[in-house]
Amino acid sequence: MAIPLAYNVRSLRVRWTSTVVAVLGITGTVGVFVAMMALAKGFRATLVSSGSPRNAIVRRAGATSEMESAVSTDQLHVIEDMPGVAHKGSEPLVSPETVVVAAFPLKATGTDANVQVRGVSPRVLEVRDQVKIIAGRFFRPGLDELVVGRNVASTYAGFDLGSTVKFGGGTWTVVGVFDAGGSAFDSELWADSEVVKQVYKRPLNVYQSVTARLTSADAYPAFKDAITSDPRVTLQVDRETDYYEKQSRAFTRLVTVLGVLVGGVMSIGAIIAALNTMYSAVAERAREIATMRAVGFGTGSVVLSFTFEALCIALIGGLLGCIVVLPLNGLTTGTMNWQTFSHLAFAFRVTPALLLGGVIFALAMGIAGGVPPAIRAARARIAVALREL
Amino acid sequence: MKYRHLIFANLFRKKIRTTLTLGSFAVALFLFGLLAVVRGAFNQGVEVAGANRLVVVNKVSIIQPLPISYEQKLAQVPGVTLINHENWFGGVYQDERNFFPQFAIEDETQRQMFPEFIVPDEQWKTFSDDREGAIVGEDLVKRFHWKVGDRIPVKGTIFPGTWEFNIRGIYHGSRPQDDTTQFWFHYKYLEERENPYWKGLIGWYTVRIDNPDNAARIARDIDATFANSPWETKTETEKAFAAGFVKQAGNIEFLLLSIGSVVFFTLLLVTGNTMAIAVRERMRELAVLKAVGFSDAFVLSLVLGESLLLAAIGGGAGLALSKLFTLGGDPTRGMLPYFYLTLPAIIVGLLAALAVGMAAGILPAWSAMRLRVVDALRRV
Amino acid sequence: MVRVDGRGDGNSLVRVRGLDKKYQRGSEEIHVLQGLNLDVDAGDFVAFMGPSGSGKTTLLNLLGGIDLPSAGSITVAGDEITHMSASKLTAWRARHVGFIFQMYNLIPVLTAFQNVELPLLLTKLSSAERRKHVETALGIVGLSDRMQHYPRQLSGGQEQRVGIARAIVADPTFLLCDEPTGDLDRRSADEVMDLLGRLVREHHKTVLLVTHDPAAAQRAQTVLHLDKGVLVEGRAAEVR
Repeated sequence: MAIPLAYNVRSLRVRWTSTVVAVLGITGTVGVFVAMMALAKGFRATLVSSGSPRNAIVRRAGATSEMESAVSTDQLHVIEDMPGVAHKGSEPLVSPETVVVAAFPLKATGTDANVQVRGVSPRVLEVRDQVKIIAGRFFRPGLDELVVGRNVASTYAGFDLGSTVKFGGGTWTVVGVFDAGGSAFDSELWADSEVVKQVYKRPLNVYQSVTARLTSADAYPAFKDAITSDPRVTLQVDRETDYYEKQSRAFTRLVTVLGVLVGGVMSIGAIIAALNTMYSAVAERAREIATMRAVGFGTGSVVLSFTFEALCIALIGGLLGCIVVLPLNGLTTGTMNWQTFSHLAFAFRVTPALLLGGVIFALAMGIAGGVPPAIRAARARIAVALREL
Repeated sequence: MKYRHLIFANLFRKKIRTTLTLGSFAVALFLFGLLAVVRGAFNQGVEVAGANRLVVVNKVSIIQPLPISYEQKLAQVPGVTLINHENWFGGVYQDERNFFPQFAIEDETQRQMFPEFIVPDEQWKTFSDDREGAIVGEDLVKRFHWKVGDRIPVKGTIFPGTWEFNIRGIYHGSRPQDDTTQFWFHYKYLEERENPYWKGLIGWYTVRIDNPDNAARIARDIDATFANSPWETKTETEKAFAAGFVKQAGNIEFLLLSIGSVVFFTLLLVTGNTMAIAVRERMRELAVLKAVGFSDAFVLSLVLGESLLLAAIGGGAGLALSKLFTLGGDPTRGMLPYFYLTLPAIIVGLLAALAVGMAAGILPAWSAMRLRVVDALRRV
Repeated sequence: MVRVDGRGDGNSLVRVRGLDKKYQRGSEEIHVLQGLNLDVDAGDFVAFMGPSGSGKTTLLNLLGGIDLPSAGSITVAGDEITHMSASKLTAWRARHVGFIFQMYNLIPVLTAFQNVELPLLLTKLSSAERRKHVETALGIVGLSDRMQHYPRQLSGGQEQRVGIARAIVADPTFLLCDEPTGDLDRRSADEVMDLLGRLVREHHKTVLLVTHDPAAAQRAQTVLHLDKGVLVEGRAAEVR
């Protein structure tokens, strides 16, 4: 025989201040935890989506990032001839690239941030087919023209279509905006690599990396083996997605560790709040409980009843926490990518899985906060409780 | 104080509730300590910045080098008293995840420029005499169990090949915030094996000036000296330089502030509610005290005193725990070189806890004070 | 000598003239006390009786300074208390009044000793002096061997005796008892009334008692009935 649920719901309403307090404790915890995980996920997603499994990025063996790498023109030709490289007509779909960093003021703070400038091949849109021009046009080879990622205009000052920008000792015109599907490229400036090298006084026959589009994702192993076993070159090959995934690790790890730490500690606080509320509830309702037990409800029913009450609080708190955090989804923020030393814009990413996790987390807190008081309620001596005034 | 036993006796009345409330304070202040530490870690560069030091980097891009020949021109800028240069090496020791910063440095000037790093004289001498010598920070020694005399292989990335160094000295920081994760070796050694592309170039200059008040003027003078040359400079104070990095890392302070506020607000609610419940249960007793002749103010102080005591004890425990936690070092292994809870942070934490105790206790204390004896003693 | 006609001489310990007390209950105004007079001398033992709701407890609360009248005056040992400020009244109460409640109202987290000590904390006595007074008071009520016990470890009768000890420890001007035996069994009730009687006879205390227990009322020298807002003398005294 179970105690009617209406009793619990009404009791929660009657003691609404304590209920609200416990709910808010859980809301705060779930909200903070989900927000931090969404931050980490967003950063990681941005970087991971920067690559395509069909592309391979080739750098000098031993370089940890593009900046430290160097690939000569001779090596470039070797790469172009490798098996698995896709072609358009007779042209290999390969983009030799140079990356540099330039400082521009952030719109948000006015202070400078390092922006990644990527010198690319004019064929880059065919190599990276997930990138599309959404405004203006692509740059013309050989000219001081820029196409900028869609996050650039909103993050840094002075990058509207048609405006001129000075950096590297040269003057550039923004001729187009591209959409790279929410990846790291959306925070970059792209220009003709030959022009970039000239402006930055880099040796003209050296690039920093070569991105090759393969005929299919399965062509990668053969491509990689061919290059690494070739005695003419000392190069390392990565799937583009893996390369970017590695870059995301440091920051993701930092935020995840902090998120778990903060969330964990806060959950203890929330459980304490729930315990406080439930213990007070049990104390205040001692006579009611005793009466119910005298009437014939068993200890099991009492335990279940109070646990249910705690879970109600937890569920409301968890849902509220998720709702509060939901508007963050898609909100762009930025941080420094320590691998490329440049600023990276990314968005919070609140996934259904994360929300579900938040609710489950809340329910777990509810159980931790509800069961001990429930057991105490069930074990109090009936006669004593009935006599109490 | 002769009323001490009244306060304590009340706290022991419902041990579980008292423990839980203490726990709430401890949790909140532990988090506060944690957040203060993380904030400190991000701001570390700013905090240790020398007031009388300027950083001179390539204006075009921070990763671009500057000619070593600039030293002479820099020496001629009025107000400049010492010049030092460093070069980022960026090598890998065993595994990419074992990140630590490596710098190719200028022997004597490095030591003079950064007096906060302390190296015994004999060790520095051995270092100077050894072309392949290295001075490492004590954090590195702790992390990798190195000792003086070890030969350390580092795989170069920007400067390819395998480079080997002999540890000749260990430096200590003079303040807890000082970064002791650095690895220094001779620029001379780098120069010998540099590829031709990097010949005669260094990463950036650090310049000491005679008077911090002249910083802005001297910075402008330096940049003016090299304007319109192939290698233009951007000069700013060390503090501004470090602050720029922090700003780029995102609005960390905002994030921390938000979390902190959420935590404290929740704590306030929980403790306020607990105090309210506790006072409600004691109405009759408080009325008796008043009937016996204790004043309204006394009753107010009693309730408030309990609240503050809980705050002080719980908060103190939380802060102590977070201090203990920091002794375990950086949990992210390498991303936060400075993981330390400062005394000012601890004091702020305690004050915040007391403030919450005050705020949570004031309403119940007030209602206890205003309690009409007659009403409370009325038989039910 | 106890009088209720308002014509007592100026030497009374307690002197009440024209006492009115009104309550607002919803839209109704209830006149609990109407023009009540009372004179009590030092050493008197008075019992107030009356039906439920007649205002006995209200009268006691007014005499004890924990409630204020709508009109009238109350003078105790020369102090006119009806116009005292709240803080002065509190201090006055500490010095002059010993309350004994039906529900004992001991503080559960304090020992018997500490409960009795409470009123003394308001004085400037040293710890050693306080200890002496407490031991004396507990001796008078016969609970010297229970000093370190907590209220939950005492029987109802014992708790009430601790309450009495607390009421007398600071040597107040008079004791006000609100149904002191209401919650006790016959035997404990008798013990308590014996004790109050001894306090009057041997220690020259003044005791004002509210009760609806005739057996308890009989122990007093004078019994007054509260009727229609004023006091009327009962048996064992002049009938007016």
